[in-house]
Amino acid sequence: MANPKPEELARIEYNPPKTGWMDTPTVFKPGIFPYGCKPKSLETVSFPNPRSWSVKDEDWKLPENWQEIFIEGLRERVNKYRSFRLFLDICVRCGACADKCHFYIGGGDPKNMPVLRAELLRSVYRKYCTTSGKIMGKIAGARELTIDVLKEIWYYAYQCTECRRCSLFCPYGIDTAEITILARELLNLLGLNIDWIAGPVANCWLTGNHLGLQPHTIIDSFDMFINDLETATGIRVSPTFNRKGAEILLVVPSGDLFADPGTYTTMGELLLFHELGLDYTWSTFASEGGDFGFFTSNEMAKRLHNKIYEEAKRLKVKWIMGGECGHMWRVWHQYHNTWFGPVDFLEEPVSPITGTKFENTKSNKTVHICEFTADLIKHGKLNLDPSRNDNLIVTYHDSCNTSRGMGFFEEPRYIINSVCKNFYEMPPNTIREQTFCCGSGSGLNASENMENRLRGGLPRANAVKHVKEKYGVNMLACICAIDRAALVTAVDYWVPGVGVTGVHELVANALVMKGEKKRTKDLRGEPLPGMEGE
Amino acid sequence: MNLEALLSEKKAAIVKKWFDLIIDNYPSDSSNFFKKQKDRFLNPVGHTISQSIDSLFDEILHGIDSEKLFPFLNDIIKIKAVQDFSPSKALSFIFLLKQAIRKEIGSDIKKKQISDELASIESHIDDLALLSFDIYMKCRERIYEIKADESRRMMFRLLQKANLVCEIQEQESDLKSKTVLTQNIKG
Amino acid sequence: MGLLFSFFTVIALIVIVFIGVNGANLHYLFGVLIPYATFLAFIIGIVYKVVQWGRIPVPFRIPTTAGQEESFPWVKQNKIDNPSTSLGVIIRMAFEVLLFRSLFRNTKAELREGPKLSYGSTKWLWLGGLAFHWTFLIILIRHFRLFLEPVPVPIKILESLDGFFQVGAPVLYLTDLIFLGAVTFLFLRRVIIPQMRYISLAADYFPLFLIFAIGFTGVLMRYFLKTDVVGIKQMTLGLITFKPVFPEGIGIIFYIHLFLVSALFVYFPMSKLMHMAGVFLSPTRNLANNNRAAMHVNPWNYPVKVHTYEEYEDDFREKMKSVGIPVEKE
Repeated sequence: MANPKPEELARIEYNPPKTGWMDTPTVFKPGIFPYGCKPKSLETVSFPNPRSWSVKDEDWKLPENWQEIFIEGLRERVNKYRSFRLFLDICVRCGACADKCHFYIGGGDPKNMPVLRAELLRSVYRKYCTTSGKIMGKIAGARELTIDVLKEIWYYAYQCTECRRCSLFCPYGIDTAEITILARELLNLLGLNIDWIAGPVANCWLTGNHLGLQPHTIIDSFDMFINDLETATGIRVSPTFNRKGAEILLVVPSGDLFADPGTYTTMGELLLFHELGLDYTWSTFASEGGDFGFFTSNEMAKRLHNKIYEEAKRLKVKWIMGGECGHMWRVWHQYHNTWFGPVDFLEEPVSPITGTKFENTKSNKTVHICEFTADLIKHGKLNLDPSRNDNLIVTYHDSCNTSRGMGFFEEPRYIINSVCKNFYEMPPNTIREQTFCCGSGSGLNASENMENRLRGGLPRANAVKHVKEKYGVNMLACICAIDRAALVTAVDYWVPGVGVTGVHELVANALVMKGEKKRTKDLRGEPLPGMEGE
Repeated sequence: MNLEALLSEKKAAIVKKWFDLIIDNYPSDSSNFFKKQKDRFLNPVGHTISQSIDSLFDEILHGIDSEKLFPFLNDIIKIKAVQDFSPSKALSFIFLLKQAIRKEIGSDIKKKQISDELASIESHIDDLALLSFDIYMKCRERIYEIKADESRRMMFRLLQKANLVCEIQEQESDLKSKTVLTQNIKG
Repeated sequence: MGLLFSFFTVIALIVIVFIGVNGANLHYLFGVLIPYATFLAFIIGIVYKVVQWGRIPVPFRIPTTAGQEESFPWVKQNKIDNPSTSLGVIIRMAFEVLLFRSLFRNTKAELREGPKLSYGSTKWLWLGGLAFHWTFLIILIRHFRLFLEPVPVPIKILESLDGFFQVGAPVLYLTDLIFLGAVTFLFLRRVIIPQMRYISLAADYFPLFLIFAIGFTGVLMRYFLKTDVVGIKQMTLGLITFKPVFPEGIGIIFYIHLFLVSALFVYFPMSKLMHMAGVFLSPTRNLANNNRAAMHVNPWNYPVKVHTYEEYEDDFREKMKSVGIPVEKE
């Protein structure tokens, strides 16, 4: 027979790499990589090498001295970040991290083993920054920076969601996120960003948020929320914007202002603060808590987030509250104070409702909205009717960034357990510090790389599937805007029938408000339990 | 002993062989992981494949009931649909069962002269392949649907209030074009 | 390729010393000069590397948090895996360095399939790693008896514990057995597990071969070739007091052992073996997670170009006014 049998076909195509990884060329597969950035996005923030280019093209239109730029950039950074240099120096390739990456678990590409992904850059480091690498070359694990090597680094730097799960298991704490962050920074020196990151960065620079929402647009979308909330509760909330003298500045990820189901989280926050009579303001200038600059370079991250403190200072607020978002909190928690401190123009945060001092943020003056709400509930300040969430059987997804970059586990769980009665945890090795990424973090939630996102989302979805089958879970709660966008998609494919919600949407559904009408619908306009006929 | 009894008796060995053949089609560095990691949450791919083919095997023995087969096939093909991009590659795992059966009980078949029965089992496997093709196509369609759904969700509020965000103005280089990539709606 | 290269490099080292001592009679070179020079290189190399690392700033406080952070008094903090104080960090580091806590983390065997509880290879990695490092340390400490006269009591106690089972003469040290076993295990898993083979470099095989050869020659000397211990001690004491002597009857095996150790001295500072020092400096482990409570200073923090509120308002003033958002300039 002329045609090969299917198994032979598969075998040929899948011919396992007999060669070492350095000699196995990387093939760019559609569905795996995101599109390259557009020139306009780079020009807006004065980034190098703006030009039209396509990842699929042979010629990436790099500057002539691209090697020099990359290597100089590398040398500069290994002398600026102890973490980076150390992580490039001391890996013993013990393999503890190898099977910890969601992309490797779901897809099986060996170069997605964190150790190997880091080794792609490490080999270049050895060649140009270490004596043994310079002299011994390949024997010392060093290799030349050729165009193919550069492309390979690019391909895998945008297949890491910087979730740090591997770092947890590394005996030396080597953090692949740190390596990816700096690899991307180096790639940005050559204009090698992706569209899905560069676009939001440019938008954020100009309008203050990733979506490019202009001030009047933001007001318009709030008008919609206010109308929807009035329909649901009979109460008309009246948020203020850019108001000087407010006690608290609230900053949320802008995804929650426009993308469902994040919008319900924002609506929940509006209701809660209205009920409390909280003296707070939104800002159209500081209208983004997230920071796609963080997926570009340290400098860009700082450039984008400056607005938050600038606005807090201008409006003369006492402290800043941050909404439910993952990487936003990694940046707020681990970087803000260093970039912008000492934050002496604000006051140490105190809850105006309970009088609780937020001791753990006395220097940085930013409070997580879940910290704020958990404290309210603990002090019995909210009138809650958890039975309104009785139609929901809830599980909770820990976001990578708040988990491994902060250690934020109990507060959201405490809230969820206070506002709904049916809560079930996913298996222990898939939650808390061991949580699996949604598969789309760090700016990878584009649509052209959907297959890879779905592979990466499989370990998380698989655990959701388990609790769905075992406990009938139908709602996945999370505190991250990218989760609220990406998990809906991942769950839709792998475990249809499970919804995704922010924690404050659940809070608002359970919140019994003063002067509310008889509530028959939840924030989504679905009937509340027991109200199906009304 | 007829073939069905023989297959039932040797089920464990055949299914294991089948599993190994499927996994061996992955690069060796990952196939080892898919085989060895026994925790179902740390290895959803290996777990799903082994569970699904186990149930599939039982079903094939008793004829093809597409209702019953669907969930098992669906689970495994869903994974294949995001891992393999050509249908032939994605669905080759079905045919590997023939190979597994012949490898495990080939000699018995000759001895006992039950190759006619084997032909019927093999035609069941072919039916399974046809069904798989439908499921594979559905999965691929689903991927395109969810891409569309995702942008719809992101644009929902925009669609409610059209023209709220100014259009992308790639060609204009003047400073007036404030919003760079409005189709990039994300958080 | 890395594997064979490493293997033959170690063989070559052995051949060199064999020819050098037995053939060319270069006792002084291999017994004095090279050990002195390489030991010096070892010390200088380590200090150089640690100082190099130490001089690089730690711009950001980026601990990997592995438990609940410090929060309200009513929320139980995981003070070890997510420390907010220096004491917590010290305990976390102690667990990390002494017990390889992070490696142990992934051994929870829950809800596994099948009737048998199957252990992940990772548990064995933890155990193998722990066995290797600890026995290496004990063997190293035991060697101090060769450099100290009289032999300090703690070392004597350690020896007697190590030789607890009193098997054979000379007494069999348990650590010797475990050490060679652990090195063999670490080598075999690299060769047998495909992922491990795929990620392994010459730089991974070479130290394993070298260390195995050191251990093996040591065992040969002690148990099989029965080298003259008194002579060796004379020599080692001579080395340490800078009065080198060459007693008769010290076999070639000792020179091989010594030369391999010398090779390790030189190789150590420029290789991944520096993880020994590096683990203490790892910013994801040795920093307290108190970012919001205390400011961490980045020495190279610099002002960046920002998009100011004034620019923003200039861009959108009319639109802001049209929806009633207060502006600075009317």
